[in-house]
Amino acid sequence: MLAAFPHAMPVEGLIGGLMIGIAAALMLLGLGRIAGVSGLAARATGIADSGAPRSMAIAFVIGLPLGAFLVSLATGGVVTRFPPSVIPMILGGLLVGFGTRLGSGCTSGHGVCGMSRLSRRSLTATAIFMASGFATVALMRFGGLL
Amino acid sequence: MIRLAIALVAGSIFGAGLAFSGMSDPARVQGFLDLFGNWDPTLAFVMGGAIIPMAIAWLIQRRVEKPFADAHFSLPGTTIIDRKLGTGAALFGAGWGISGLCPGPGLADLAINPLPALAFVIAMLAGMAVHRVTN
Repeated sequence: MLAAFPHAMPVEGLIGGLMIGIAAALMLLGLGRIAGVSGLAARATGIADSGAPRSMAIAFVIGLPLGAFLVSLATGGVVTRFPPSVIPMILGGLLVGFGTRLGSGCTSGHGVCGMSRLSRRSLTATAIFMASGFATVALMRFGGLL
Repeated sequence: MIRLAIALVAGSIFGAGLAFSGMSDPARVQGFLDLFGNWDPTLAFVMGGAIIPMAIAWLIQRRVEKPFADAHFSLPGTTIIDRKLGTGAALFGAGWGISGLCPGPGLADLAINPLPALAFVIAMLAGMAVHRVTN
């Protein structure tokens, strides 16, 4: 089946996904917390007043680039293909920031932690942000922006 | 101190997983969302891989009284599915599609491709601050 998608990385995806799940499991079973990146980022920066202790949120958020950096060192570089313009970064970032706060979570909190808990709230949120992502990229494609 | 170390290790494994799986590459994530283009299924493997250990963790969580390094579980108990949840998720999905980034990869990419990642992260924090001021 995957022969139809020669650019896919199913093995790396599965292994990386297991690492993400193990990290989230460590947060849950070690610290009793959801590894929701949007919530922890808001807490780390002081934008959110409630949630994990601030020092704990800061430690987790620092770990994200640290772990990515270590993989980059170990594998000789990680490919990141950003769009040439900064406008999608700014517009996308604003929507991601506002939307994840309003909707109480992102791909990690709702997607990984909530779906694996079979939370109806998280299943609903994940279905909506996936559908919205598909629709947005389809509009960009047919609008000649991709 | 042990709690900070656990959070740092968890964040690092999380960030490493994002980078290893290709999810720190905005074009690959956008490729998953691009059903009418050169579709890239990698994200589905990442999500599937992440849900396996986490589903086991939830089964363990039900059988223990407290986490091993903290006094109690602090978990969201909200079950309300309201307009805020739906609107927030829809706006997040749009931003995810436009940029190819969600919060985790945006932060992880600060170490790999700092300039465009920083633009995303600053805009994301600004969006969060706007939400705080207006709600």
